[in-house]
Amino acid sequence: MRQIGVVLGSIAFLAICWWAFSPKRKQRFDEDAKLPFADEQESTEKGAQKSESRSDDKDGAKQEQEQGQDK
Amino acid sequence: MTTTVAEAGKLPDYDYNIVRQFTIMSVVWGIVGMGVGVLIAAQLAWPALNDLWQPFTHFGRLRPLHTNGVIFAFGGSVLFATSYYVVQRTCQTRLWGGWLIPFTFWGWQVVIIAAIITLPQGLTSTKEYAELEWPIDILIALIWIAYALVFFGTIAKRRTSHIYVANWFFGAYIITIAALHIVNNLAIPVSAFKSYSIFSGTKDAMVQWWYGHNAVGFFLTAAFLGIMYYFVPKQAGRPVYSYQLSIVHFWALISIYVWAGGHHLHYSALPDWTQSLAMVMSVILLAPSWGGMINGIMTLSGAWHKLRTDPTLRFLVVSLSFYGMSTFEGPMMSIKTVNALSHNTDWTIGHVHSGALGWVAMISIGALYHLVPVLWHRKQMYSVKLINAHFWLATVGTVLYIAAMWVNGITQGLMWRAFNADGTLTYSFVESVIASHPGYIVRWLGGAFFLTGMFLMAYNVFRTITDEPEEDEVRHDEHLPIAKSV
Repeated sequence: MRQIGVVLGSIAFLAICWWAFSPKRKQRFDEDAKLPFADEQESTEKGAQKSESRSDDKDGAKQEQEQGQDK
Repeated sequence: MTTTVAEAGKLPDYDYNIVRQFTIMSVVWGIVGMGVGVLIAAQLAWPALNDLWQPFTHFGRLRPLHTNGVIFAFGGSVLFATSYYVVQRTCQTRLWGGWLIPFTFWGWQVVIIAAIITLPQGLTSTKEYAELEWPIDILIALIWIAYALVFFGTIAKRRTSHIYVANWFFGAYIITIAALHIVNNLAIPVSAFKSYSIFSGTKDAMVQWWYGHNAVGFFLTAAFLGIMYYFVPKQAGRPVYSYQLSIVHFWALISIYVWAGGHHLHYSALPDWTQSLAMVMSVILLAPSWGGMINGIMTLSGAWHKLRTDPTLRFLVVSLSFYGMSTFEGPMMSIKTVNALSHNTDWTIGHVHSGALGWVAMISIGALYHLVPVLWHRKQMYSVKLINAHFWLATVGTVLYIAAMWVNGITQGLMWRAFNADGTLTYSFVESVIASHPGYIVRWLGGAFFLTGMFLMAYNVFRTITDEPEEDEVRHDEHLPIAKSV
C-alpha cells in the first residue's frame, strides 16, 4: 500500500510538472499570465495612473496584449 | 490561439457594490480584532486588566474573540472582497448569484456580531478557531454554500476560456473550508447554546487539528496566495514571474497541506505513525511554499525600483518575505525534536503572528490600498505618505512581536526542561513566567504599533472615499469599451 502510494504520488507530481513545463504549452501559459491586464483600458488607465511608475515594459506588455486581441 | 481575451465589446458592469461593502468592513473588523489582541496582550503583561469587567473581559474569554475577529472577521472580509473582485475581473463577467450575494455579506456580519455577543459570555464549543456554538455554525455553513455558488457560478459564466490561477486558489479555499467547517463542527446539541462533538478523545483531537491546520493552509494561505497572484502582478504592472510554476505550486500546495495537521499533536496519544507522517509532510511543504514565494517576489524582477516609490507594492512584497520566513519556521517546528522544545511555549504564538501579521495582514493591507482607489474611482489613495507610515508601523510592529516571542519561547522551553543532577526540576513554572514578563511588554508594544497603523489606514480610506475628487483625480478606466483604440 505504502509503496503504491509513493509511486502514484510521484507519478502525479511528475505528470503535473511535465504538463506545466512542456515547451509546447509555454506560449499558451505566457498568454494566460496576462489575464489580469486583459480588461484594462489602454490610454486612460496609463494616463490616470501614476504616470512615471508605470514604466516602458508595461507598455510593451500592453501592445502585445492588444495584438492578442486582434487575433 | 489566445486564451486570455474575451470577444471585443463593452466591459461588463462589474458588481463593485459588494466588494466595497466587504472592503469597508475589512478595515473596521481589522481594527476591532487587533484592538482586542492588543488588550489581551496587555492583560498578559499586566494581569490586573483582566478585571475590567469580570467575567466577560477575562483573557480566556477574549482570546477566542481576538482569533475569530482577526481570522474570520478581518481576514474573511478581505477574502470575500478580493475574491469577488478578482473572479469578476479575470473572468470578465459580472458576479452571478442575485440575492445570494448580499446574503453572504449580511450573513457574515451577523455571524461576527453573534461571535462578539456569545464568546465573552463563555459560550464556546472549546475547539480552537471553531469556538462558535452550533446555531452560528449552521449559519456559517449556509453562507459558505452561498459563497461557493456565487464564486463558481461566476466562473461558469466567464467570458474568458482560461481560469486564472488566482481563481484556482480561491476555489480550493472555498471548497476545502466548507468540508473542514462542516466535518469539524459535527455535534450533538443539548440546548440552544451547548453541544458536544460527535467525535471523542484522540479522534476528536485529530479532526480538530485536521481542521485547525487546514484553516491555516487553505484560509490563511491558499486564499491569500490567490490575492498574491492577482494583486502583485497588477501593482507591479507586469505578469507573474512564471505561470507554469504557479500551476505546479497550486497542485503541490493543496495536495500536501491536508496531511500536516497531526504536527499539532506531537508526543500525544495520537498514533506515532500519524505524528511522523504529519512531520514528513510538513517538511515537504517547504518546497511548494517557497516556490510560491519566489514566484511572487521574482514578479518584480526588472521593476525593483518601484519599491522605492510605491509603499503599496512594498506591503505586498514584504508580506511575501514574512511568508517565506514563517513557512521555513513552520516545517522546522513540526520536526519532533524541535517541537519538544517549542511546544506550548510563546514560540508558537510568535510563529503564528509572523504568518498572521507579516503575511496575511500585510498582503491584505496591500491589496486593500490597491482596491480602494479602483472601487471609488480615485486616481490614488488620499495620502501615499500615510501608506508609507503605515508600512513602517506594521513592519516594526511585526518584528518586535515575533522577536519578543522567540526570546520568550526559547527561554520557556529551556527552563521547563532543565533538570538538576538529582533529577528535580531546576525552575518552577512561575519562574519561567517571571522571565517572560519583559517579552510580554515588548509584544504588547509591537501589537500597539500594528494597531496604530490600522488607524492610519482607516483615516486614509475614509478621506479617499469622502473627499470630493478634483477633475483630474477621477479614474475613468473601468467602464470603457475594451477594443476602443485597437
